[in-house]
Amino acid sequence: MRKTTFGLAALAAVIAAPVMAADIQPAILYDLGGKFDKSFNEAAYAGAEKFKKDAGIDYRDFEIQNDAQREQALRNFARRGNSPIVAIGFTQASSVEKVAKEFPNLKFAIVDMVVDLPNVRSIVFKEQEGSYLVGVLAAMASKSHKVGFVGGMDIPLIRKFACGYVGGVKAVDAKAEVFQNMTGTTGAAWNDPVKGGELTKSQIDRGADVIYHAAGGTGLGVLQAAADAGKLGIGVDSNQNHLHPGKVLTSMTKRVDVAIYDVFKDAKDDKWTAGVKVLGLKEGGVGWALDDHNKGLISADMKAAVDKAEKAIIGGSVVVHDYMADKTCPY
Amino acid sequence: MSAPHRDLPPLVDYVVVPFLNLAVAFLVAGLVVLAIGENPLQAVAIMLHGALGYPEGVGFTLYYTTGFVFTGLSVAVAFHAGLFNIGSEGQATLGGLGVALLCLTFDGAPWWLVLPFALAASALFGAAWAFVPAWLQARRGSHIVITTIMFNYLAATLMVWLLVEVLGQPGSMSPETKTFEEATRLPFLRDFLTPLGIDLGQSPVNPMVFVALLSAVFVWLLIWRTRFGFELRTVGQNPTAAVYAGIDPGNIVIAAMLISGGLSGLMAVNEVMGVQHRLLLEFVAGAGFVGIAVALMGRSHPFGVVLSALLFGILYQGGAELAFEKPSISRDMIVVIQALVILFAGALEHMFRPALGRLFARAETAGGRA
Repeated sequence: MRKTTFGLAALAAVIAAPVMAADIQPAILYDLGGKFDKSFNEAAYAGAEKFKKDAGIDYRDFEIQNDAQREQALRNFARRGNSPIVAIGFTQASSVEKVAKEFPNLKFAIVDMVVDLPNVRSIVFKEQEGSYLVGVLAAMASKSHKVGFVGGMDIPLIRKFACGYVGGVKAVDAKAEVFQNMTGTTGAAWNDPVKGGELTKSQIDRGADVIYHAAGGTGLGVLQAAADAGKLGIGVDSNQNHLHPGKVLTSMTKRVDVAIYDVFKDAKDDKWTAGVKVLGLKEGGVGWALDDHNKGLISADMKAAVDKAEKAIIGGSVVVHDYMADKTCPY
Repeated sequence: MSAPHRDLPPLVDYVVVPFLNLAVAFLVAGLVVLAIGENPLQAVAIMLHGALGYPEGVGFTLYYTTGFVFTGLSVAVAFHAGLFNIGSEGQATLGGLGVALLCLTFDGAPWWLVLPFALAASALFGAAWAFVPAWLQARRGSHIVITTIMFNYLAATLMVWLLVEVLGQPGSMSPETKTFEEATRLPFLRDFLTPLGIDLGQSPVNPMVFVALLSAVFVWLLIWRTRFGFELRTVGQNPTAAVYAGIDPGNIVIAAMLISGGLSGLMAVNEVMGVQHRLLLEFVAGAGFVGIAVALMGRSHPFGVVLSALLFGILYQGGAELAFEKPSISRDMIVVIQALVILFAGALEHMFRPALGRLFARAETAGGRA
């Protein structure tokens, strides 16, 4: 009898122990692009995986198939007591707003959009600042004074990338031409490397010799086409320099991974805060990538110029226009 | 050869054969689940429980079903006229535009007042989008499959332009219109049923589910109980004979496509006015293409369409639950399972028919002898 009691107690302890250790149960909801899009969602995945490795705390995740599932999945997480729950992508905003109101005791976070609630952390990036810097590099690396930009879908977010990029290019070379193309009008535009490559080729035919992409999986085709033609590509979101060493001038990094990692870690360390987190150059949320793969492409002059621009933006003497503010691009 | 499978008793034809096909589909899907190291029986249990096991799940299943009934009927009507309408997706998209424009114009008006006009607007926009391919097919012989596919892309392009440049909210990242006022939104069924003690949870099923069923009845009446329906089927089975009988196939093709487009358009009322309460990009989410599978499986009969739409509703909702419960089963796995069901129940529906026919023929002879 006593043995049984003891056994039960031990069993209870064994069951309880991991629960005690895993004091948070994080969850992450990817956008339609899916977990492995080599870009935005995958950066979030990388951040979550890193947290899992560092903290030894597992997380739940879900990839939606249609819009109705956003709310459903968030609510499913919430009902199971998951917290913090991170939603990736601006399209999740209305669902996060609704579900976060229903579960005021749980912590939520959203990337790329602001949801103004006391239990939501909103993480937005100043993509225009990072794009400005790679624009500076593009203009200096270009010999033809013509550079290109290939976007995914023609939505305000991507125009924000494009506008910052044009700003950077024009700051160096006011007469430089910037060709802009968007890949498509459906979600497929984020995953169409063939079309991305074709657009790049046509820009190269028109004289462009540096092409920046903000097009998710489509961008792999952009970088490939640029490398094949002996021109330079510029990667986005993650550091993509390694894809074609010596043919990728740099990458505009958007540290979604760090943001996700921080959300999880802050929740675990009881330092979690709601509110808007704007991650720009100053906060290390965006930047440009310099590594072994592209150091031969970045001359001392270029490095000096881009460092100067970076300091100016951080210092506030240069303000990169945010396309979202007034839906126009002055450059 | 006297094609013995044609003489199957109706019970076998309409119950046993589909059930066999489904069973085989699930068997193969089960093997796939087994191959990735999960327990297939448990997977089926999660799927069924997720779709039918509790009121909220049922609500979600019915919500998916509603959309699929509309697009399924749309494709079915075109089938009867011998047309393969791949454009339901685009027609539904345009239907959404119609609903959204109406709701935004009369924002704040009570929903029961707006609903009839919303139904009309969605059907009108959907039909209008189907008109050009229909006219091209009827009068210029451009193949409807090609033109409707192209019109899907045109619809997507138009939608992006409208939502980014014209209808989108300034300062918002999302390409979507503003949310309609509370009064103009369709109520959810849960709003009516909760006081009666039935808790549908947060499921989005709304009165459009009844409109969907009424549409199925309407399509049945139209195709089998009207002169127009007779002409439609005649053109579908033999356009040359139709001409001989004094029917103008061109007119029928156009009329059939207008009805087809209108039915697709109605799907948007469920999504835009009933669930999302705003117009957003790609709200159709492939329901137009699922409609093709639904119509094929339902053998273009409205009753069959309703049943197969329900099956797809179960697969969608149950699939989502399964992907949620089992991290190793990704959403792509769910698509594989759905595809297997389409393959066996739709494309291979005649696989067991000859064998069953022979079996019954033998049983009958044996019975006759005895």
